[in-house]
Amino acid sequence: MSLTNILTILLLTAGAVFFLAGTIGLLRFPDVYTRLHALTKADNLGLGLLLTGLALQAETWTVMAKLLLIWLLILLASSSVAHLVARAALQRGIKLWKR
Amino acid sequence: MEAMTLLQWAFDTVLAVTLMWVAWKALASEDLFKGIALFIAFGLLMALVWVRLEAPDIALAEAAIGAGLTGALLLAALAKLESGSKDSQPLQVAMLVKATTNTVNKQILFRWLLVLLLSVLVAGLSYVVLSLPLQAIGLSETVMENLEASGVSNPVTAVLLNFRGYDTLLELAVLLLALLGVWSLSNLPEQHESAPSKVLDMLTRLLVPLLILVSGYLLWTGAHAPGGAFQAGSVLAAAGVLLLLAGWRLEARFAGLFLRITLVLGLAMFVTVAIVVQLAGLRLLEFPLSIAGTLILLIEVAATLSIGMTLAALFFGRRPRTDQADAGTNK
Repeated sequence: MSLTNILTILLLTAGAVFFLAGTIGLLRFPDVYTRLHALTKADNLGLGLLLTGLALQAETWTVMAKLLLIWLLILLASSSVAHLVARAALQRGIKLWKR
Repeated sequence: MEAMTLLQWAFDTVLAVTLMWVAWKALASEDLFKGIALFIAFGLLMALVWVRLEAPDIALAEAAIGAGLTGALLLAALAKLESGSKDSQPLQVAMLVKATTNTVNKQILFRWLLVLLLSVLVAGLSYVVLSLPLQAIGLSETVMENLEASGVSNPVTAVLLNFRGYDTLLELAVLLLALLGVWSLSNLPEQHESAPSKVLDMLTRLLVPLLILVSGYLLWTGAHAPGGAFQAGSVLAAAGVLLLLAGWRLEARFAGLFLRITLVLGLAMFVTVAIVVQLAGLRLLEFPLSIAGTLILLIEVAATLSIGMTLAALFFGRRPRTDQADAGTNK
């Protein structure tokens, strides 16, 4: 097995772990703010790892550029949306969770 | 290779089961917001199903229109529903409950009638499905044989704009009628520009030019690859929805004639081409081979603008304020 294939498998697995953790966090965390925290980890880092793993398998530079573009767009959208959701929740008076 | 097919089978099964489950949850949910969120999830899963069925054109349309814009429309409608009838709703529900308890016998009768009708429908559909030939030839070979006569090399665009152009013409008309319906039901409410938060402002400024670019790309690429007027139009509409959410409003001087012309442009272009072609002695919507590609592109450009504007206007949900209306209220 070539080095790129091993790297791809490692990166994809790591990405999947982040997505799993993010999903469990989304289901298990107590309030909207902590859930957002879990969700954006999956979106930002998990997807970044997945796309890096896929980019290693890309045959042309344009495919790599497209994968990078997808990641940047989702970074932009997910972080902005996380901010907007948290802000809307604060404005509606949803209290921060305390132990 | 064996493991790969097994994996695909597993993926398809999970996808199909999840799709049905999400569909059921969306229908059965009593909380409307939850129902809409599930409907959007359903649309995204459906797009995945189309990808697995190797129909990327429909997958694109489903993701953009089915999940994205319909979801936005439903959420906008829900917001209006909640702000409009916060007080009257419980009363109406109470009255409805009272009314139904009086006519509970009738309702049981009605329910059984419904069961009967649905059984007839299911039996009919089953009969039709079972009587279908196992190996249907379909029309795809006919389309591929005649592809060269269509002026484009993407078979889906060839069917939509050339072989079955009449259907697409009527679809554009339906979209326009839907907007006319919405406009005729709503009166002129207050609408002011509002400043968005900094993050939303930045997001909009970055995304809107990009969305317009993607829309143009989808329109252009539709001639030879998945894409086309409906996908391009819905991406354009997404830019409009984003702008509306960020507090932007169409300037009053553009909201009159300019907006209306853009809204009917797609339909008008289609009808004009149809009439010109017919006057030239050809059949309805028969495109001469030499200019078929140009005609299709012309119709698609107009249709993209109209579809984008119509969908965004549907999201706005009421007639935008024009110069005349402004003058009327100021006096």
